[in-house]
Amino acid sequence: MKINDVILRTITKAIVFIILTLGVYLFFAGHHAPGGGFIGGLVLASAIVLLYLAYDIETVHKGMPFDFKKVAALGVLLATGTAIGSLFFDVPFLTQTYEYVNVPVFGKMGFSTVTIFEAGVALTVVGVVVTIILSISEDE
Amino acid sequence: MVTVLFAILLPFVCAALIPLLYRRLRRMAHLGWFVLSVPIILFILLARYIPQIAEGKTFIDTYEWIPSFNINFTTYLDGLSIIFGLLITGVGSLVILYSIFYLSTKESLHHFYCYLLLFMGAMLGVVFSDNLMVLYTFWELTSVSSFLLIAFWHHRKASRAGARKAMTITVFGGLSMLAGFLMLYVASGTFSIRDIVSNVEMIREHTLFVPALLLILVGAFTKSAQFPFHIWLPDAMEAPTPVSAYLHSATMVKAGIYIVARFSPVFGGEPVWFWLVSGIGLVTLFWGSFNAVRQTDLKALLAFSTVSQLGLIMSLFGLGSVGHYFGYAESSIIYTQASFAALFHLINHSTFKGALFMMVGIVDHEVGTRDIRRLGGLMALMPVTFTIAVIGGFSMAGLPPFNGFLSKEMFFAAVLAIREVEVFSIDTWGILFPVVAWVASIFTFVYSMILIGHTFFGKLQPYKLDKKPHEAPIGMLISPIVLCLLVVTIFFFPNVLGHYILQPAMASIYPTFPTVSELTPHISAWHGVNTELLMTLGVIIIGFVLFKTLKSWKPLYRVFSQNFTFNSYYNHLINFSEKGSMKLTNRYMSGNLTHYFVYIYVFFVALIAGYFIWSDAMVFEFAKDSPVESYELVLVFVMMFAAIWMVFAKGRITAMLLNGVLGYSIAFFFVIFRAPDLALTQLVVESVTTALFLLCFKYLPDLLPENSRMRVKWANAIIAIFAGATVTLVGLAVVHYDRFETVALYFNDAYDLAGGSNIVNTILGDFRAFDTMLEVVVLLIAGLGVYTLTKLKPRKEEADHEN
Repeated sequence: MKINDVILRTITKAIVFIILTLGVYLFFAGHHAPGGGFIGGLVLASAIVLLYLAYDIETVHKGMPFDFKKVAALGVLLATGTAIGSLFFDVPFLTQTYEYVNVPVFGKMGFSTVTIFEAGVALTVVGVVVTIILSISEDE
Repeated sequence: MVTVLFAILLPFVCAALIPLLYRRLRRMAHLGWFVLSVPIILFILLARYIPQIAEGKTFIDTYEWIPSFNINFTTYLDGLSIIFGLLITGVGSLVILYSIFYLSTKESLHHFYCYLLLFMGAMLGVVFSDNLMVLYTFWELTSVSSFLLIAFWHHRKASRAGARKAMTITVFGGLSMLAGFLMLYVASGTFSIRDIVSNVEMIREHTLFVPALLLILVGAFTKSAQFPFHIWLPDAMEAPTPVSAYLHSATMVKAGIYIVARFSPVFGGEPVWFWLVSGIGLVTLFWGSFNAVRQTDLKALLAFSTVSQLGLIMSLFGLGSVGHYFGYAESSIIYTQASFAALFHLINHSTFKGALFMMVGIVDHEVGTRDIRRLGGLMALMPVTFTIAVIGGFSMAGLPPFNGFLSKEMFFAAVLAIREVEVFSIDTWGILFPVVAWVASIFTFVYSMILIGHTFFGKLQPYKLDKKPHEAPIGMLISPIVLCLLVVTIFFFPNVLGHYILQPAMASIYPTFPTVSELTPHISAWHGVNTELLMTLGVIIIGFVLFKTLKSWKPLYRVFSQNFTFNSYYNHLINFSEKGSMKLTNRYMSGNLTHYFVYIYVFFVALIAGYFIWSDAMVFEFAKDSPVESYELVLVFVMMFAAIWMVFAKGRITAMLLNGVLGYSIAFFFVIFRAPDLALTQLVVESVTTALFLLCFKYLPDLLPENSRMRVKWANAIIAIFAGATVTLVGLAVVHYDRFETVALYFNDAYDLAGGSNIVNTILGDFRAFDTMLEVVVLLIAGLGVYTLTKLKPRKEEADHEN
């Protein structure tokens, strides 16, 4: 039996971009406003899960040919990598640093190693959530 | 002095490279040729230090590792460690050369050489580390690599059993040694062996001194296969012969002896140390040689002989420790001689036992069996192997002109000298030392003769052999020949070895003595006719008679029941603990989720509520709480309604939707109480879990009405109510809990310290980033766990692949 899910698919097409944008916004907003790596990652993951719900696995996989286990592993590598990276600058493990720079056009901007760390968190969350949902739904 | 650090690291680096190189190299040549370069380079590097070490120099190098815990990577090159370093790399080179011809390219060589290099690095780490914690780490690594090497042919059940036994016993010893090291740290305040040695006087008064001594000795005895821990060594012979020659005769089993030698300046003056080290050593010497005689497998015979010889070296170090009691004096030389003989025999044993193991490997390889009941008459067919066996065997038996004779004579001299000592109440039992040593030497002679006689003399029994015996290829013979040449050379020029290698090591064992050159004897083969020589003559005559009449007295061994051996005790212990833990685990791991929740909640209530009541923290001050608004009450009632309904829900969909109501209501609460981070997270988590649940839904069976007894239902209900009440009460009480630092600290400093004004995220990403990092790792592990559990289910026919 084929379920008619035209409405879901149509809405998904429009809404996925909004969710994805929200995810990226939340990720970068995290430093000064609500948001951050974990929430950003969760929102991104929920957008991908929505795609999987609306379309079948093969179609989504064509558009996003990632192995999400590797995405998660990359995330952990980034998070632990920034932690170990601080050792090379002769500061204790996991020391984070930041700098405020005046960039033309954008004005004062903050750059921080926390961002890399949080990117690791976000990637892990995306990778793990999608891996779990995919492996359960594909299970025969 | 980067050399020592380089020597420790090089094997590890190469071990890591092997998997990468293996595919490219396997077509070109045997992987062993590449690996061979490692020990050769290290041997040459270390040998270059011999002249400087002989002048009494030592080399120390420190790399800070965990300075806050006093744990630094300190390498220490002195006379004692260089002996072991040269043995590890020298014998290592010969064994790897031998293994190239012993193992065919069809074996998984990359595993073999990877483990072997791992072992080599770990062993070098043990002997060159000055820091106790670093030493311990390498120590356990040698156990692990030994485990992997014994189980190299892991398709064989005996290999796996032998590996497990070796691991269990040596790691048990290692852990007790760790406890001993920690006690030493408490007593001395340092992990550095050199500092401990220089503060001996202070440590000796400490109450933990004797317990530390005992625990460290347990570690040394298990590793060096001393009685009654020796049972793992014969079973370890399931390993490929190059491994037996390397780990289980020349190097790893000598690590315990190294520890005893290294710590004898610390514990040497103690009577307990003297009696345990020399006593257990002598018992091991006797028991090993006594049991070696009845073995029918050549490798088992050599294994028991190794046990026995290790006991000999151990007992010599025990006798030598009397020298620490007397201090530096003219008369001390008769005791220090024992330590000297121990070091000398250590080297000699490595040469002749290495050669003998390789000889047995050759016989096994070319004839197809190691069973002496099937062997015989190989002398004419394998003349070179026969020569190796004679040189190695005669040296082991203590006959001239081989190096074993010299150290055996010195051993006799030491046990004779100890009779006259009047401390530690030795004078009452002292006569036992020469007697036991002499009896054990007779058995040593007998099994050496069995080794040679039953393999090479007698009649060839071709119908019992699978292969046609022939001489081994030259490549396999080089290593044992080199060792045999050393056996003979050392006999003729022992004092070169004594001056350059042994004397500096004596300085490490007796660091408090101003000069050691007077304490090291001049080794000579002929002392005139004295008691030692007469003892040796007695050994030869009686030993030969016993060898000839072996058949008539061998049934004597059957007197000992097989049910009372240490092996059967060990097996009982293992069986008992396996069955016991199985019973215990089956009792509570019922496979029923409700049971597991009961454990979790009961524990939770007992711990949390128990702590709050015990510490008088269950204090409520409602007056300080802000007033409850009416819309909050509405939300609370909605949640209560949903929660109670969920308990009585008939279908899964209903329960899931009600659970969703709970989750979204909590998110509402977060919004009302101005916690946008939490609200966002809660909303998204709730949505994703709902989606996940919808996916799982079709796999779950229908929700059946619970049909447990009324009593159980009430008990579960009470537990549930208690869990809920605990959370509520703790939530109310914790508002006024003031025993921790307040988080407001972060609120004030977040921008200055971490450059962010969202304190939730500065805590997550900076102040408590370690927690976050580990959580991320746990998340990944959980994800991979779900993946493997659902995707990699074993197929039914593959489920039982163990034999």
